[in-house]
Amino acid sequence: MDFLSYLVSGISLGSVYALIALGYTMVYGIAKMLNFAHGDVIMLGAFVIYTISTTLGLPAIVGVLASIVICTIFGIVIEKVAYKPLRKASSLAVLITAIGVSYLLQNAALLIFGSDTKSFTSVVTLPTLKLFDGQLIISGETIATILVSVVIMVALTLFINKTKPGKAMLAVSEDKGAAQLMGINVNRTISLTFAIGSALAAVAGALLCSAYPALSPTTGAMPGIKAFTAAVFGGIGSIPGAMIGGILLGVIENLSKGYISSQLSDAIVFVVLIIVLLVKPTGILGKKIREKV
Amino acid sequence: MALLEVKNLGIQFGGLRAVDEFNLQIEKGALYGLIGPNGAGKTTVFNMLTGVYKPTDGDILLDGKSIAGKHQIDINKMGIARTFQNIRLFRQMSVLDNVKVGLHNQIRYSTIEGILKLPSYFKKEKLMNEKAMSLLKVFDLQDEADVLAANLPYGKQRKLEIARALATNPKLLLLDEPAAGMNPNETAELMETIRYVRKEFDMTILLIEHDMRLVSGICEELTVLNFGKVLAQGKTSEVLQNPEVITAYLGE
Amino acid sequence: MKKKRALKQTTKSNLITYAMLAGAFVLVEILLSTGNISYMFKGLLVPLCYYSILAVSLNLVVGILGDLSLGHAGFMCVGAYVSASFSVMFQDAIPQDWLRFLIALLLGGLVAGLFGLLIGIPVLRLNGDYLAIVTLAFGEIIKNIVNLLYVGIDENGLHVSMESSAALNMTENGRMIIKGALGITGTPNDSTFLIGFVLLLITVFVSLNLINSRTGRAVMSIRDNRIAAESIGINITHYKLIVFAVSAFFAGIAGVLYAHNLSSLTATTKNFGYNMSIMILVFVVLGGIGSTRGSIIAAVILTALPEVLRELNDYRMLIYAVVLILLMLANNNEKLNHFKEKISISNFLRNRKNGNTLDKEANS
Repeated sequence: MDFLSYLVSGISLGSVYALIALGYTMVYGIAKMLNFAHGDVIMLGAFVIYTISTTLGLPAIVGVLASIVICTIFGIVIEKVAYKPLRKASSLAVLITAIGVSYLLQNAALLIFGSDTKSFTSVVTLPTLKLFDGQLIISGETIATILVSVVIMVALTLFINKTKPGKAMLAVSEDKGAAQLMGINVNRTISLTFAIGSALAAVAGALLCSAYPALSPTTGAMPGIKAFTAAVFGGIGSIPGAMIGGILLGVIENLSKGYISSQLSDAIVFVVLIIVLLVKPTGILGKKIREKV
Repeated sequence: MALLEVKNLGIQFGGLRAVDEFNLQIEKGALYGLIGPNGAGKTTVFNMLTGVYKPTDGDILLDGKSIAGKHQIDINKMGIARTFQNIRLFRQMSVLDNVKVGLHNQIRYSTIEGILKLPSYFKKEKLMNEKAMSLLKVFDLQDEADVLAANLPYGKQRKLEIARALATNPKLLLLDEPAAGMNPNETAELMETIRYVRKEFDMTILLIEHDMRLVSGICEELTVLNFGKVLAQGKTSEVLQNPEVITAYLGE
Repeated sequence: MKKKRALKQTTKSNLITYAMLAGAFVLVEILLSTGNISYMFKGLLVPLCYYSILAVSLNLVVGILGDLSLGHAGFMCVGAYVSASFSVMFQDAIPQDWLRFLIALLLGGLVAGLFGLLIGIPVLRLNGDYLAIVTLAFGEIIKNIVNLLYVGIDENGLHVSMESSAALNMTENGRMIIKGALGITGTPNDSTFLIGFVLLLITVFVSLNLINSRTGRAVMSIRDNRIAAESIGINITHYKLIVFAVSAFFAGIAGVLYAHNLSSLTATTKNFGYNMSIMILVFVVLGGIGSTRGSIIAAVILTALPEVLRELNDYRMLIYAVVLILLMLANNNEKLNHFKEKISISNFLRNRKNGNTLDKEANS
């Protein structure tokens, strides 16, 4: 029973990682950049919900919707102001800029909300599920996280493979120049990618903080790094890879917390990552790139 | 004994037989051409000769020693150097340094000697500079020694690549489309340079080229490759008269 | 006589670097002896040295070898913990401060260098962002494990546990050396500005000489075009491992300086986590990738900047972030670069511009 319980909560945590990893991987695929500030968008979203629901006392759903809208806008603005001018620059230059944006978001939050940890009120109202005579307890947050993530992943997959803007995203990530020649508006497609990634981060923020209700300006940093790891784990640039990578990472983390040591779980996650990359140097679903000589 | 002897060479990529039953003999001092339509497998042959790909079948003998399947580094040390179809220079290094890297295995000193700048460092560096400059002079690049390789004009980049390959002191030099992207004047100049290199360094040269003026102008012998197989082989003038070769190039 | 000039150009650039360091040292010594130096700035002197060492050593990996590493702080952590353990253990056994510190430095550097070799092995199979994530993971693993490490010593020898200090089963005379998350306390404060500066000088000396040697050219050829490098007989494995080991060695040395500048040593996200690795990377990139002198200048300015901005209190990190973004934007602004090129003839800017194209395009 312990195992099932660890597994379910692992899948739940992994789903959150997957949602964040999707943002990383989509942005990477299309803009070929590591958006280090992505994790901080989670924190931003959670603070929006906190302000609206806890401080102003409005219903949680208003907070969540506002958070999605605000994060989306932020995502678009950050891309336009900080990343777009660097499209021709080296990938390292963009990486450093993204780090700058990350610092900016964290310290802006620090100024506005202070450094103390806020207790976040869960936005989930589902009841706790008790199975096998109460031997397996699954919290409402866990159920909601898994359900929401599944719905989002299915919707996103359909969107990318079936709709015109979705296919445009695939085309731009494959070859920006050729996509442009085919009449695709590259700038708009990149904006759309950032918008979707940030909206997913907002949802991830709401779910994460509902399950682990401590909110501070650095809340997004560690999940952000883990999700980045998950994206690489699954093969960066690959959307199903991010989903699988995220869920696997969450499960490994929770199982090692349960069976080995809660303090060592991070190290175990990273060791597994290194081993996987040694066996498969481009991640689980990453394409093998062979350089033509 | 021929300098290079290729026997029944073949390579399979998944379901594709890229090169099959490829045979070739090049005598020392020869200037040999490998031609054929796009996608015929010419560069694949080069890649097998230099160790970028491991052949699935057959053998390659350099001076009687088998080099098939050996690592690129070892093959280079054994005496094959090459240039690339799409120029591969060390773009952020100076022209001089590009050639000095080529001398890497010719003039050696250890990392420690370099870090401590022992007397041997100065001696060997001086030797390297002289050797590299003399190579640059052959290609008329001596005035650009300090320029970054990336900033050289296209034609000079091709020349620098040849100079770098020569710096490794090869027995056999492979040139992959050396005249690609050159105008007729540059090509004529390149032909002169290739002839000069052969004479001056007593070099054996195998080249891939599409420019028929260059091929018929300097190659003594040719192999024509089509769909991975040898279509014709022999003296340049005879091969170019071969009706099958003409069909392969011009279609029915 | 171009060849002579080529030699002179790099020699001149190196001389400027040494002159800059010497000038900075003399300036600091004058300020120290005349007392014209604030308490805060005095406290910054040793950190400036180890941050500069970190930046110069990371530049070898990022700027010269062209691999993105996000785990440099991990090597620093190894150097810090190994040397601090040693110093605490042998504080009484080796009463001569200088000798003990010298051994601590060598030990910290060598063990960190060994870890560099260790991480260099997976690195050989990986490229680009995959490599970056493995180095990041490596740094996090080190930090995580060090936080769970309990080491003590008694007459029966060394005891190690990953659980608790009680699990060490030491006798009454036992002495704790590493106390898990509480780290190491009582490290002698052996780091001084003079020692830090000498170590920085050694790092710069080794780094510059390495770059301008046969080894350095081989390494840069791997950076610029891996396939071409192999085609002329460069052993990529060999040179990648050399660079990772040398770079880790000096990061370890920086760690030793760090550990012996504080009396208690703990491993947190701030000092040994990926945050620190990223900060060092920022020094290297802002200093102009590949430029040793630039790395030092950026390290000094960016370390001092938050302290100078301290009066602005809460706003300082915000301003730091904005400055960072604006610098990157300005650095990559075509019009501005054009203007800079027009007004500048110095080699420094040339280096910076060259370093900026650490792109895959060279390999395409």
